[in-house]
Amino acid sequence: MFKWKTDEFSWVDFTIDVLRVLIVLGIVIGAWNTLSSGRISFAQWVNLFIAGLSQGSIYALIALGYTLVYGILLMINFAHGEVFMAGAFSTVFLAEALNRTGFLNEQPVLAILLMIAFAGLVSMSVAILLERIAYRPLRGSPRLVPLITAIGASFFLQYTFRGLYGSGFKAYPQVRALQGVIQIGDVNIPIVQIFVFCSALLLMLGLYWLVERTRVGKAMRAVSENKEVARLMGIDIDWVILFTFGVGGFLAGAAGVINGMFRPQGVNFFMGFIPGIKAFTAAVLGGIGNIPGAMLGGLFLGVIEAIGPNLVLAGLGIPGANQLKDVIAFTMLVLVLIFRPQGILGERLSEAKA
Amino acid sequence: MCMSKTLLSLVVVLALLLGASPLALADYPCEDPLGCVELAPDDPIVIGAMLVMSGAVNYLGEDSLGGIELALLAREHTLLGRDIELDVQDSLCTAEGGQAAAQRLAADPIIVGAIGTNCSSAAQGAMPIISDAGMVMIAPSNTSPSLTNADVASGGSHVPGYFRTSQNGLIEGEFAAAFAVQALGARSLATVHDGDPYTEGLSCAIADTFTELGGTVIFEGAVNKGDTDMASILTEIAVNPPDVIYLPLFEPEVNFFAAQMQHIAGLEDSIILGGGASFTASFPENTGDAAVGIYVSGPFASGAAYEDLLARWHEEYGDAPPSGYHAHAYDATNLLLAALERVAIAREDGGIVFGRQAIRDALAATEDFPGITGRLTCLDESPFAGDCSPGTALAIFAITEAEVYEDNWPPPVAWSVASDSATDSG
Repeated sequence: MFKWKTDEFSWVDFTIDVLRVLIVLGIVIGAWNTLSSGRISFAQWVNLFIAGLSQGSIYALIALGYTLVYGILLMINFAHGEVFMAGAFSTVFLAEALNRTGFLNEQPVLAILLMIAFAGLVSMSVAILLERIAYRPLRGSPRLVPLITAIGASFFLQYTFRGLYGSGFKAYPQVRALQGVIQIGDVNIPIVQIFVFCSALLLMLGLYWLVERTRVGKAMRAVSENKEVARLMGIDIDWVILFTFGVGGFLAGAAGVINGMFRPQGVNFFMGFIPGIKAFTAAVLGGIGNIPGAMLGGLFLGVIEAIGPNLVLAGLGIPGANQLKDVIAFTMLVLVLIFRPQGILGERLSEAKA
Repeated sequence: MCMSKTLLSLVVVLALLLGASPLALADYPCEDPLGCVELAPDDPIVIGAMLVMSGAVNYLGEDSLGGIELALLAREHTLLGRDIELDVQDSLCTAEGGQAAAQRLAADPIIVGAIGTNCSSAAQGAMPIISDAGMVMIAPSNTSPSLTNADVASGGSHVPGYFRTSQNGLIEGEFAAAFAVQALGARSLATVHDGDPYTEGLSCAIADTFTELGGTVIFEGAVNKGDTDMASILTEIAVNPPDVIYLPLFEPEVNFFAAQMQHIAGLEDSIILGGGASFTASFPENTGDAAVGIYVSGPFASGAAYEDLLARWHEEYGDAPPSGYHAHAYDATNLLLAALERVAIAREDGGIVFGRQAIRDALAATEDFPGITGRLTCLDESPFAGDCSPGTALAIFAITEAEVYEDNWPPPVAWSVASDSATDSG
């Protein structure tokens, strides 16, 4: 760890080591001050933790799209946040219609499944079109080219959906079956948060099964490992890449509906930007290209965001602590990258991949 | 003889040429220190508008635009015998948007003045440009106290040429504090803003008055624009639950806050008091059941003149106004038109000249002007420099239903200036 002691002294290594120590000290002191003050009760900590897990589940679902595409193409699809928005924004109109007819509250399970399927299809279509029109022609170009294209595609999608649905805010209707709380001791757990975590977990397990246990999953892993060898083995790599975009898109669309149940408000053309950035952070935290890593990274980020400001920043006496939750999230990213550059579950990428 | 005839012809021709040339139109030397808007006989009078026409709060722009158009329609789009045209620029709800809109208007030399902006943040971007161009702007829905405060050291940003018909946030803050203490019996208060001059100004104003009225401000915090997860700040507030949480945030942050507060233990008895930014039908619709029981302060015009304005709105647009500042926009337009009428100088050729300083002076001299929102008098002393609102068109509304339909918006008035005055006198 402390390279400057053993190797030739370097100010850069020294500064990084001092930074590491200061950040760790800050976290420990802040957490100690907060916990010893007893300002926030145990039940409140549990509530924050569960809310963080729910938020993290949504980050994780979106992060899977980033990590799948990175794993197979080594490109960062910065338009993936907009793929999430496409499904969420389109489905809000279906949700309103289901609510008006009463179907949403009479048959909540069916209605939610229908909404997830619809959002998944919309997002999948957008992701597939994105790959076919914007990215495939650029395959083989320097890596900066598809990256810039992805940023352009992100703006294109935002303003296309603004043109389609307007710039105002929409909200998902509330599903009565998801309202209320489950009381365990002093802790009240909102049912909607349990729903979010469980449904996201199911989708993540489904993806894991798809990648690890099916022929198409094996093809995805093969293309990810070495495209040329996979092609020689008879795998249609264009189709596999398209399929991968489709799967990532479906998960993002499903995340859009689950997010709509969790945070019904604020549905608009710009809603994908921040979750997109956070999910990308989660993918890097977990180890980009690694599916369980993206899941873990998302959950980790959600929890850190939820408890970090009150646990660390408030304990350090920093005013407006909750306004700095993004600082906590990105500081964790910096910390992970300093201590473990490949991410929590990532492996060091070979020269060919890096 | 022949020579003198030729000379005479030349003189006549020269006189005719000079008479017809543009130079000859300048029979009024502009002596206004800020310059003049000179209109030829057939030129229309062009008024600028800097309104939020896109984005999350575009309903504010649509609301104000309706008020401006109705004011022009009442005069059949004519002033001083010529057509009035409106140049609408989208100022968004940001300083950058206000800056861009002001630059576009300032670049057009025939624009006599502007109505706008809607958001205080946009006004901060627009004001220096409008002021430097010698123009005037009359804002229909800015409330930030900093905009009429000329003391830069205390955060003021007022510049000459800025006026508003909406009430100063200091007045709205005092009004909301009086409601919290006197009507709700609140003894403790939490305020949450989002860093916008509008929300921050209101939060400071209510906190000051609440303290003066004997209450205790136990939490002053902020969220970021774009935040969706409010659990962290709500938990912090729940550590010491206040009687009232003052929440002058815009959508969607205000929706997220109100909806998520339901899940936070300890805040069951705290009452949310929102600001004018959440005085829109989409607030209860997007918040759902959590909106029921929330109080919102907002513009409130009443009386026969306002009923007539509403009837004309329904006739023209077939729907209810999307917000409550249309009456302020209507008054702002009439203030500007009245000022133009007072300072116009007719030229012999049928043209008109407006001195820019003269327009400012005429607006600043406005006294007891009969408006829809009350009798308007423009003040010139900081921290109320440019404030023209009488401060009486204000009320606290109680949201009693999450669903909005034709007859239940705006929601019932829980407290108005009349109630406040009655309590004071009582």
